Amino acid sequence: MTDFALVLGQSFNGLSVASILLLAALGLALSFGLMRVINMAHGELLMLGGYLAYLAYQIVPGPAFLLLGLPLAFLGAAALGAVLEVTIIRRLYGRPLDTLLATWGVGLVLQQAARNIFGATGVEVTAPSWLSGALVVQTGALQGLSISLVRLFIIALAALVLVGMVLLLYRTKLGLHIRAVNQNREMAAALGVNTRTIDMFVFALGAGLAGLAGAAFAMLLPVTPTVGQSYIVRAFMVVILGGVGSLLGTSLSAALVGSFTVVAETFMQVSFALVLLLAFVVAFLQFRPRGLVSMRSRTLDET
Amino acid sequence: MNNPTHYVGRANRRRKSLGVLVAGLVLAVAMLAMACGGGEETTAPAPTPTPSTPPASDSVKVGVLHSLTGTMAISEIPVRDATLLAIDEINAAGGVMGKKIAVTQEDGTSEPSIFAQKAQKLIQQDKVVTVFGGWTSASRKAMLPVFEANKHLLWYPIQFEGNECSPNIMYSGAQPNQQILPALDWGFQQQGYKKYYLLGSDYVFPRTANLILRKHIENRGGTVAGEDYVPLGHQDFASVINKIKAAKPDAVYNTINGDSNVAFFKQLAAAGVTVKDLPIVSFSIAEQEAKAMGAQLMAGSYAAWNYFESVSSPENKKFVEAFKAKFGAGQVLDDPMVHGYIDVYLWKAAVEKAGTFDPIAVAKAARGLEIMTPMGKVKIDSNQSFYQTVYVGELQSNGQFKVLWDSKTPVKPEPYDPLAFPGKTCHWE
Repeated sequence: MTDFALVLGQSFNGLSVASILLLAALGLALSFGLMRVINMAHGELLMLGGYLAYLAYQIVPGPAFLLLGLPLAFLGAAALGAVLEVTIIRRLYGRPLDTLLATWGVGLVLQQAARNIFGATGVEVTAPSWLSGALVVQTGALQGLSISLVRLFIIALAALVLVGMVLLLYRTKLGLHIRAVNQNREMAAALGVNTRTIDMFVFALGAGLAGLAGAAFAMLLPVTPTVGQSYIVRAFMVVILGGVGSLLGTSLSAALVGSFTVVAETFMQVSFALVLLLAFVVAFLQFRPRGLVSMRSRTLDET
Repeated sequence: MNNPTHYVGRANRRRKSLGVLVAGLVLAVAMLAMACGGGEETTAPAPTPTPSTPPASDSVKVGVLHSLTGTMAISEIPVRDATLLAIDEINAAGGVMGKKIAVTQEDGTSEPSIFAQKAQKLIQQDKVVTVFGGWTSASRKAMLPVFEANKHLLWYPIQFEGNECSPNIMYSGAQPNQQILPALDWGFQQQGYKKYYLLGSDYVFPRTANLILRKHIENRGGTVAGEDYVPLGHQDFASVINKIKAAKPDAVYNTINGDSNVAFFKQLAAAGVTVKDLPIVSFSIAEQEAKAMGAQLMAGSYAAWNYFESVSSPENKKFVEAFKAKFGAGQVLDDPMVHGYIDVYLWKAAVEKAGTFDPIAVAKAARGLEIMTPMGKVKIDSNQSFYQTVYVGELQSNGQFKVLWDSKTPVKPEPYDPLAFPGKTCHWE
C-alpha cells in the first residue's frame, strides 16, 4: 500500500466515521437540540433499527432485504418514538432531569426486551451481495487503496438524510412550524401552530432517524441488545460539540470528531486515540461552551 | 409586553432551565461513562434456563459465575450451559459423596468489578463450597483477592496469559505455552510467517499475551509489524484495518475478545480483505463465536485451542451427544465449554480424594489427579494447571474446525514464560 493510498484511505475512513456519527447523532440533534429533551433511549432506538433490519432479512432473505429493512427500521422506530412522546415525554415537558431518568428506564426496558425476544448473544445481519466487498485499486500511485461499498453506502445515506432534513426544515410548512416552535413556543402557539403535534412529530422523526441509522450500521456492527450503548456517548458528544439546536453544528462536529479520531488512530493505539479525543472535546468546550455553531435568536436573552 | 423586567424575569428562568439541562446532560454522560467502562451494566439478571436442584439437607452448594449479559455473553453463556450439564449428569449418577449438587448462578455482566462482587456474595452469603466461572483475565484478576481472602477455590476454564499462580484458583484453561506459543511455532514452521501484526482488546490478557509473543517473535528472528489495542466493546475498525494493510504483515495474531470480533470481521469483509490476503490467527474465537457471528464471515481464519468439536474420540462423541440432547441439535461445542464441563468432574474427583468439601483441601487433593475426559486424559499439575494437548485448526464455512496440526502428547503447563518473566515459578512448588 503506497503512502498516497494510506492518506487517501484514511481520509475516506474519516468521512466514513463522520457519516456514521452524523447518522447516529442527527436524531438526537432533533430531540435534544430542538426540543431540549434528553433522550437516553436513543441508543436503544438504534438497536431497534438493527433488529428490524434482521427481521426484514427474515421476511425477504435475498439481496433486496435492505430495501425493506431501511424503511421498516425508520417507520418502526418512529412509531415507537411517537408512542414514547405521547405517553411519557409529553408529561415531563420542562423537567429535563425527570425526562432523562424516564428515558433511561425506557432504554433498559428495550434492552431487556431485545434479550428476551432475540437472545443475549445477538443476531446475524450481513451486507447484501450488491454491497459486499470494496473497490480496490490494484496498480499505480494509489495501489492498495480500497473503498468499502458498505461505507460508501452509509456516506451516501447520511448525505441524503442531511439534505432531506434541511429541505424539511427550511422548505416546507411543517419545517417552518418546527422552527417557530423551537424559537418561541408561546408565540407559535398564539399564532395557531399545534405545538403538541409538532413535539410528537419531531421526537418521532428523531427516533426514526436513529432506527434508520441502526439498520444501516447492522452491516458493519454486531446486532446485540447492548449495541446502542456503544454509540450514545459519542452521539451526545457530537451534538453538544456542534452546538445545541443547530443542524450545521452537528454536521460540522461529526466531521471534526470523525477526522480527529481517524488521524489520532493512524499514529497511536486506538485506546490512546479515544482518550485524546475526549481530552480534546473537554478542552474545546472550555473555550467555546456553546459548541461550534451557537444559535442566536432575537430575544434579549440567549438559550 | 414592552416591560423590561418581564423579559429579564423570563431570561433568568430560561437561563436556569438551561443550566439544569446542561447539569442533567453531564450527569447522563457520567452515568453512561460508568456503565460503558469496559462492559455493560446489567438490567436484570438473565433468567436461568434450567432449574437448579432445590437445596436440601443432603445437598451441597456450588456457584456458577459467568457473563450472562453484555459484550462477553456471546462467549460465556455456553460455558455456563456446559457446566450445568456436568452438574446434572453427576446428580443423575448419585451426586458427590452422596450429596446432590445445588447450583447458585450469578451474572458477571461482562464487568470485572461485578464479578468480584458476585464472587463475594456466592462465598459469604450463599456459602458455596466452590465456584466455576470467569472468562476475561480482567474478571479473574478482580476475583483473585476475593478468593484468596476467603480461602476459597475458583475453577477458571479459559485460556489466558499466565503470569499468575494462586493456590485459590485451578487454572483449567491453556497457559501461554499451551496455546499462544504453539500457534507461533506453527506460524514460523508450518506457514513461514515472519512479520506479525498483534491486535487485541485493551486489558491484561492481550497485553501480556502480546508481550510474550513479541519476545518470542524477536527471539526467533521475526518482526512485529505493529501492535494495536481497542477498548472492550469497540466497534469501529476502519483505521485499524488500514493500518494493518499499510504494515503488510504475514499474519495477524488476534486477541480481541467479545462481540468486537463481529465488528472486526464484518469490517474486514467490507474493506474487501479476504483471509487469503491476510491470514488471521485468533485466540478468542472458537466454534461458539463462529456460530454466533456467522462462520462464513471468518471461514479460512485459524485458531489454536486444546479442544475442537471435530476431534474424534469416544468420550468426545458421548459429550457432544449429551450436550446436544439437552440444549438442542443446533448447538456447537468448544474449548471453553469443555473446560467448564470437565472442571466439575475434576472437582468431584478431588473432593472424593480429599474426603471433604473444604476448598483448600480440595485444591491440594486436586494436584496430581488424572481422569479421562472428552479432551482425552487430563492431569492436573502441582501448579494447579492442566496438562493438555494443543491443536491448531482452520475454520470451515460449516462452523467446524479442520485440525491442521496437533502436539501429539499433552503439554506440561508453564505459568511463567521463560523469556517474558524469567526466573519466576509458582511459590509453593
